[in-house]
Amino acid sequence: MGAPHDPLLTVRGLRVVIDGLHILHGVDLDVAPSGVTALLGRNGAGKTTTVKAVLGLVPRTGGIRLAGEDLTRLPTHLVVRRGIGYVPEDRGVFGGLTVAENLRLAERDAEPAYPLVHEIFPELKRRERQVAGTLSGGQQQMVAIARTLLNANRLIIADEPTKGLAPRIVTEVADALERVASRVPVLLVEQNLALVRRTAATCAVLADGHTVHQGATAELLADEEAARRLLGVGSSRRPSPGPSPGAAPAPPTGTEVNR
Amino acid sequence: MDTVILLLCTGLGLGALYFLVASGLSLIFGLMDVLNFAHGALLSVGAYAAWWATAQAGMDFYAAVAFGTAVGTLAAVLLELALIRPLYSRPRDQILATVGVGLAVPALLMGVWGADARPFPQPSGLSGTVRVLGAVVPVNRFVLMAAALLVLLALRLFLARTRYGLIVRAGVEDRAMVTALGIDVRRAFTLVFAIGGAAAALGGALAGLYFGSVAPGQGTGLLIFAFVVVVMGGMGSVTGAAVASAGVGLVQQFANYYTAAGLGDLSVVVLLAVLLLVRPGGLTGRLA
Repeated sequence: MGAPHDPLLTVRGLRVVIDGLHILHGVDLDVAPSGVTALLGRNGAGKTTTVKAVLGLVPRTGGIRLAGEDLTRLPTHLVVRRGIGYVPEDRGVFGGLTVAENLRLAERDAEPAYPLVHEIFPELKRRERQVAGTLSGGQQQMVAIARTLLNANRLIIADEPTKGLAPRIVTEVADALERVASRVPVLLVEQNLALVRRTAATCAVLADGHTVHQGATAELLADEEAARRLLGVGSSRRPSPGPSPGAAPAPPTGTEVNR
Repeated sequence: MDTVILLLCTGLGLGALYFLVASGLSLIFGLMDVLNFAHGALLSVGAYAAWWATAQAGMDFYAAVAFGTAVGTLAAVLLELALIRPLYSRPRDQILATVGVGLAVPALLMGVWGADARPFPQPSGLSGTVRVLGAVVPVNRFVLMAAALLVLLALRLFLARTRYGLIVRAGVEDRAMVTALGIDVRRAFTLVFAIGGAAAALGGALAGLYFGSVAPGQGTGLLIFAFVVVVMGGMGSVTGAAVASAGVGLVQQFANYYTAAGLGDLSVVVLLAVLLLVRPGGLTGRLA
């Protein structure tokens, strides 16, 4: 176990080759031991592959350490059992199972934290018998996030949790993420810069399969030239900062990366 | 009328046999993406083990069926652990390996017990006939139907009520996501292979009752129709496999009787083609 301010997750020289194609060329990443760390980059930069490589969902080489423990050679299920909750880009909800079954499948701890799940997502309690395939996109995202809350995870990885959601639902998901991040560190892959600005203190930026920037999110987003160069923000309009936690939320309609 | 009743019972009996093979095949393909061409061999192993137990070792019929089912289950587990598991990342090699086992096992059976069919001793209680609405129907048809219904019920209970059933249903949808929840899906693979092997071996033991004999190529012959049933029922759907099995068995029997012998097999293929044109996902269009 590292010192209190040491990164919770460290990734060094992460490489991924799939079908002879070099996807990641050496990604370095530090995830802070508290709050939200954002993983940014244009489409195709390698963000989702990085997340999948950390989890062992794609073959990888390099160094991956969670609180000092080497995860590089562990299969996915053992990586997850070390205390990582995963919200995949496509939500990964099992459409043929009910909400309750989706949650039951994710149980690892002897006493899963259902009270916490129902406190943050009371709607899931009401819909526990509903088949997940009939839920709206926002409701499915709630199920995906709720699964990570059932167990005492040390890190939650959320891959574009607001992708494809209506603005009102984006706000709900952002609120939920903030509540989650107040309990467990979060690695957030996100294209919605307003949400990133609102939640993430630190960030890393990928381009063409390697890390091109790491540092404070506010500094990066304040530097318009750097943001344009690294993230492909197409206008000089600065993204809306979004509401502060506790304030009546307006939809974080911030500029999306690479638009 | 009595001919129709007889054809109905015989068709459903044959469909029951198809279901016993196809149910495991469907789950194995749905969960593991494994096209198990060795599944017919598991049926043959069960059939010959049951035949050996009753004809050579002198066990009674029920003990022989249990023995055949146990041997088939063990063979399925060994097949998964020794051959399928090391080849998960090489699907083409995996298919070739299962085709190889599917050819090698009948050849082995032929080498040990000869190419001729061996008469399967019929227990007195199950070898007679019963009269159903005027038709004289062999009792063994109902034995097969009862066995298939019990297996269907057991599989549905397993899938609906147990944690491993939940893992299988989820794994049929998205195997990678199941592992991303911290679940070692390989255990579910072995379990599904064991269940599939048990059902196929039970089918093999009861096929001896249905056909009156066991033969080395019996499993391979039934496997072709089991694959048709799996595709028609929807990959990974046990209920779909049950409905499709009944449909295939009935179509085969009625077509063979009312047209010409052999046209039954052709009509099954036509039925499959029509169904896939209308419903590409199979009868259920959903999983497990």
